[in-house]
Amino acid sequence: MIRLAIIDSGGANIASLRFAIERLGIDSQVTTDAATLRAATHVILPGVGAAADCMERLRKADLVETIRGLRQPLLGVCVGMQLLFESSEEGNVPCLGLLPGRVHRFADRDGLPVPHMGWNQLEFTRPSPLLDDVASGDHVYFVHSYCAPLNENTVATTTYGESFAAIVRNGNVFGAQFHPERSARAGSLVLRNFLLVS
Amino acid sequence: MRFRDHVVVGDILELARRYCEQGADELVFYDITASPDERSVDRSWVRRVAATLDIPFCVAGGIRSVADAEEVLREGAEKISINSPALADPELISRLSARFGAQCVVVGIDSQSIDGDYHVYQFTGDPQRTRNTARRTHDWVREVQERGAGEIVLNCMASDGVRKGYDIAQLVSVRRICNVPLIASGGAGQPEHFTDVFKEARVDGALAASVFHTGALGIPDLKRFLRTQSIEVRL
Repeated sequence: MIRLAIIDSGGANIASLRFAIERLGIDSQVTTDAATLRAATHVILPGVGAAADCMERLRKADLVETIRGLRQPLLGVCVGMQLLFESSEEGNVPCLGLLPGRVHRFADRDGLPVPHMGWNQLEFTRPSPLLDDVASGDHVYFVHSYCAPLNENTVATTTYGESFAAIVRNGNVFGAQFHPERSARAGSLVLRNFLLVS
Repeated sequence: MRFRDHVVVGDILELARRYCEQGADELVFYDITASPDERSVDRSWVRRVAATLDIPFCVAGGIRSVADAEEVLREGAEKISINSPALADPELISRLSARFGAQCVVVGIDSQSIDGDYHVYQFTGDPQRTRNTARRTHDWVREVQERGAGEIVLNCMASDGVRKGYDIAQLVSVRRICNVPLIASGGAGQPEHFTDVFKEARVDGALAASVFHTGALGIPDLKRFLRTQSIEVRL
């Protein structure tokens, strides 16, 4: 029995994420309650907006230590994934520190507008249960101005001027820089795969 | 998708689902009567569309304030598109961009050539009220970017609905001064029109409506064709 908790980080994509989960036939609870998070079998940390604002929200809800202490599968989405790292250049803010590295802004490049917005391809770098039935080269939908560096936790990369981490994993901690809730079949599979992790 | 009140939501949902399954990368929902009538879109359908679709979608029509936009985004839309309200109150672009981020603020521009220069038109949803705003298109394209628009949809009115191809000359001229994603609108009729607009005008996206609604072009066939033309598409 899956008990999915979605952390209410205040972002505008929470409704979409919840609908995507519903399409998989799974109920979810949107919450800022620490006990509910700890009792969940799976936790998703969504995020839209500035990293500093999201961290402030988590701090105000007194959730930082709770999230750090989760042992069940945790999936950060978009800015939610960026919060998993040690810090972000956006607002120069310390983050959750569940993954090593610092999130940085895309460099300005001719012909590559920031925010990066649109469908781009995943390139797999190592196996992960999140990638079952997904193919390297599948397109997923991105909206972001900041990105995470490549390191030993990178599962898939995407290139937009530079290569950045599109999917990450470190033990029970997973992250997707793209929006699985708006990435058609590939996104839906990533969400399904996450919910199958035990 | 352009619709007025008499189109029931069930039809919109069915159409949206079909396009999504066929491989559309993004859908735009226009209520083209919203601005001329000075009323807003009935938003009850936005949430139902959000629950149905697994691709991004944009809502256009009648968004005149941060509160209007907030409602639409909260219901699950990725982007809001403003056209006439931005012309009436350019500062609205700045306010929306500051509040929600440039990535969800699309500015739609209706433009056509008059005496050798491109001009912006307003209230194009109602032929009786459509009017030249006296703004030059290039000036407006620059201004909306400075104010924080994250995307521009350029609807080239002379080619709209005619299906003779996108207005490449106009799109090329706007591309030169447009550093945010530029979406071509108006004129799609044949698969080659899409090839031309991507290759010659280097737009980031191509929008089409009637050619898909009538079934004249199928999205899967079109995307396979574009791939044979070395244009990167999601299949």
